Amino acid sequence: MHMADALLSPAVGASMWTVTAGLTVYCARKVKKDADERKAPLMGVLGAFIFAAQMINFSIPATGSSGHLGGGMILSILLGPYAAFLTIASVLTVQALFFADGGLLALGCNIFNLGFFPCFIAYPFIYKALTGSSPTRNRIVAAAILASAAGLLMGASGVILETVLSGISELPLGAFALLMLPIHLAIGLVEGLVTSAVVLFVWKARPEVLTLSAASRPLAGLSLRKLLAGFAAAAVLTGGILSWFASQNPDGLEWSMFHTSGHEELAAPADGLHRALAAFQEKLAFLPDYDFKKPEAVPAAPAPETAPSGPVVQPGTSVAGLVGAALTLALAGLAGLALGLRRRAAEIRR
Amino acid sequence: MKGVESGLLDFSRLEMLAAGDSPVHRLDPRTKVLVTAAFLVFVVLHGKYDLAGLAPLALYPVAAMALSGLPAGYILGKLLLASPFVLLVGVWNPVLDRGILVTVGGLPISGGWISFASIVVRFALTLSAALILIATTGFDQVCRGLSRLYAPKAFVLQLLLLYRYIFVLAGEAARMVRAFRLRNLSDERPAMRTYAALLGSLLVRALDRAQRIHMAMLSRGFDGEIRMSRPMRLRLADAAWAAFWIAFFILVRRYDIPGLLGQIVIAH
Repeated sequence: MHMADALLSPAVGASMWTVTAGLTVYCARKVKKDADERKAPLMGVLGAFIFAAQMINFSIPATGSSGHLGGGMILSILLGPYAAFLTIASVLTVQALFFADGGLLALGCNIFNLGFFPCFIAYPFIYKALTGSSPTRNRIVAAAILASAAGLLMGASGVILETVLSGISELPLGAFALLMLPIHLAIGLVEGLVTSAVVLFVWKARPEVLTLSAASRPLAGLSLRKLLAGFAAAAVLTGGILSWFASQNPDGLEWSMFHTSGHEELAAPADGLHRALAAFQEKLAFLPDYDFKKPEAVPAAPAPETAPSGPVVQPGTSVAGLVGAALTLALAGLAGLALGLRRRAAEIRR
Repeated sequence: MKGVESGLLDFSRLEMLAAGDSPVHRLDPRTKVLVTAAFLVFVVLHGKYDLAGLAPLALYPVAAMALSGLPAGYILGKLLLASPFVLLVGVWNPVLDRGILVTVGGLPISGGWISFASIVVRFALTLSAALILIATTGFDQVCRGLSRLYAPKAFVLQLLLLYRYIFVLAGEAARMVRAFRLRNLSDERPAMRTYAALLGSLLVRALDRAQRIHMAMLSRGFDGEIRMSRPMRLRLADAAWAAFWIAFFILVRRYDIPGLLGQIVIAH
């Protein structure tokens, strides 16, 4: 459930990058300030453990499918939220680079979805709250399952929101949620079961490990709220600045913003804002085909007049554009072939 | 089972490619990180119907692969492995968006198909760029570049340690799985109870190892800083590489090259 570059609009991607970069810097400082330098190799080794664990699958009885350990919750339990967040961020970075999971622009989204929710929401408010200061076997099991499932569901909701806000995919919010959430509820429950089993194993074999991380200070409610407000502001600012830039030179970006507002039907269907946006969009005419797509959203279809008036506004939508695209791709391929041949010739000469 | 060994092989394969030598390999890691970032931004700046605008950008991965001698088949194979989620989400576009955008030779093509194609192209472009970065640079060098580009030190250290210990722990996991298989001739995968015990003992070993590593690091004077002995130097080639590609990205953003090409071809 990695968010992908291909489904991401620049505004959403940049906002999530800002938030995630801020969180990473904050956590890096926090870990350094806590001066638990023993954590540096511990974080590295546990990150590698998550990798190794995810390479092994176990069979889920009666389904024929397989599952593996999810990372966020067990890392939070062993390391505390700040160090766990950094560790997950590093795991996802390596996955993005080596396995093409998601992509580098979507990395901001992915770290947020798979790191922020388990470490800063599910762990302190569900796992910690349920296990308390004197964990028992049953409490650990229940807390781990609930927290894992909740964390994963929040992460999946993050993917859904980011995808729908980006507007590259046509899937409406409701349908996408129906597609994603039940699957992730099931995965989350299984992951929680495994997490609790592993935690119980460690609890029996090395109880001091768990008490040690439990002793590290829990999150103070106030600082977390401040943190959240700060990052929300940063995200809104980035998105706002980006979309402002975009409307300076009409292109895909602001169109996707409009598309988003077209999609948020719960906000304001066909009222003043919507009409204003439609009128504005008509004036700019950067996407004359808009009304083809959503005839019910823009009732007075003015596009036939605007379409031929401008130059080739939307290259991808004309025949010439498509033919040219194919040609360009072929040219790029030829250039690559030529460069490759030259390189090989140079190698032979050497 | 995907298998621990095959996962490890994947890492080693990319690392071996990164150990090669080519004009692209010799560039400073910072240059490659920045050009990759610029490329990604220019790819996603395109609107979802702007399939033609994306086409010229393909020159970057194609040229970088050709210049560095990366095996295209291998990169494509990795892309295919990573594709299911994007395809699953993207494939709804043709279903949901059926307004006709363009007619090619009497064949009407809906907006959904165009945007689906653009999702696939974006996917291939962005992910191949990331793979090219790692396969021509190597992970340690990327981290060095990141730390020189002001990434948080604690995070870069974490990346380096994580990467180092993936090989150690995955090797250990591979031995455990092999031992499991030798004792369980019938089952391909462990049941959950066995799996948890396997992971639990792997985890306990990992914790012990972390403690030993920490003591070893302390006795060698570790103070939380990473020190790289080799200096990094930006050369003329770096400036040329960055300038060329960024100029190219801006050029194809400004001028609709595929549209012009197409019009010329159609006119004749």
